[in-house]
Amino acid sequence: MTQQASDYQGLGPQKVRGVVVRRPNRTAGVQAYIPELSKGLGITMKHFFKNTKEYMLGQRPDPVLESTTDGVNTISYPEQRRPYPERFRGMHRLTHRDDGSPRCVACLCCSTACPAQCIHIEPAEYPEGDERRGYERYPATFVIDELRCVFCGFCVEACPCDAIRMDTGIHAAPYDSREQFIYEKDLLMSFCGREGDQVTENARHEPGESTHPGVDRERHGH
Amino acid sequence: MGEVKATTQTTLEVGEGAGGFATTQVTALTHWAQKYSLFMYPFVTACCGMEFMSVTSPRYDLSRFGAEAPRFSPRQSDLLWVVGTISQRQAPVLKRIYEQMAPPKWVIAFGTCASCGGFYDNYTTVAGIDKIVPCDVYIPGCPPRPEAVLDGLLLLMDKIQSGSKDPAIVKPRTDPVTSQSHGLIKLRRGRDSMV
Repeated sequence: MTQQASDYQGLGPQKVRGVVVRRPNRTAGVQAYIPELSKGLGITMKHFFKNTKEYMLGQRPDPVLESTTDGVNTISYPEQRRPYPERFRGMHRLTHRDDGSPRCVACLCCSTACPAQCIHIEPAEYPEGDERRGYERYPATFVIDELRCVFCGFCVEACPCDAIRMDTGIHAAPYDSREQFIYEKDLLMSFCGREGDQVTENARHEPGESTHPGVDRERHGH
Repeated sequence: MGEVKATTQTTLEVGEGAGGFATTQVTALTHWAQKYSLFMYPFVTACCGMEFMSVTSPRYDLSRFGAEAPRFSPRQSDLLWVVGTISQRQAPVLKRIYEQMAPPKWVIAFGTCASCGGFYDNYTTVAGIDKIVPCDVYIPGCPPRPEAVLDGLLLLMDKIQSGSKDPAIVKPRTDPVTSQSHGLIKLRRGRDSMV
């Protein structure tokens, strides 16, 4: 038997709308506890014996075996690997130019943008007479502390030359000392992208080529 | 002084003699037992805890390596997972918990914050738990992938089996420094792509 609570007296000035559910009758059988307990256990045991019989006779699929083929599967990780999303930000890599040198021009944009300050670059000038001298510099050292990195991808966004990328598809590996997380330039350049590429598809205009936009005081007539 | 040295020498000779093989085998057996029964104490303070739950959940089942049983008393646990940022106020607590653990005990720094402070370059954050307690394995990432966590656990198990606490002797099983072949090249959805 139910009635509207707003009609019910004694709820106070704010009449809350709701349904009053009456408490179940406590008969002598319920209060004695043992009969109800055995009734409940009886239902449990009925299902237990029924299910056991059906599994034994093969009348219904085994839920344990079924769970190994469908539903949430455990991934046996070192042997099985789950594919990472396409835009997963993994280990950094330094892309190459066509001649194998790094595309990085040591502008320090990435190390400035890095919130964890895990990138350290020492820029250096190209030697006298080099085509690129005066236009750009190169990283004498390029060090990333993979332990400090928070994989935010700001360095990739900040890079104006498409020189640093995080599309290796490798998660950072754990080590047992901090020194092993310091990744130097040569190692970062040895990583490939997902397709095994080290040269990006973005065109790079070298100084001296007709497409190169830059000029400086000495060379403006090419 | 000389006598003490001689005694040590004798012990070594006995150890390498008839009992050597048995002693080595027992040590290896002990290490094998230890690495497959790491009772963990999760010291979870920050968002890395979500990823820690993901590792312990059925998808990346941590119990496949025998490391799933959490003991919420440091005295019963072998492995201290420090998961998350440790502030200066928490540092004494962490140190006390580490000291309460009974040896043999190991510590894993889970995530960037626990390992080195991450981008919290400020006066409240401890720049890495190895300033307080000795740390066996560092897992990078913010937070780390469950795969990286399992890599870290496997590295710790390899370390336990080797019996050495020195760093840089045992390398992770998939080390990008030596082999980069484990990159996930094909990206496909579906179940058969997992194999």
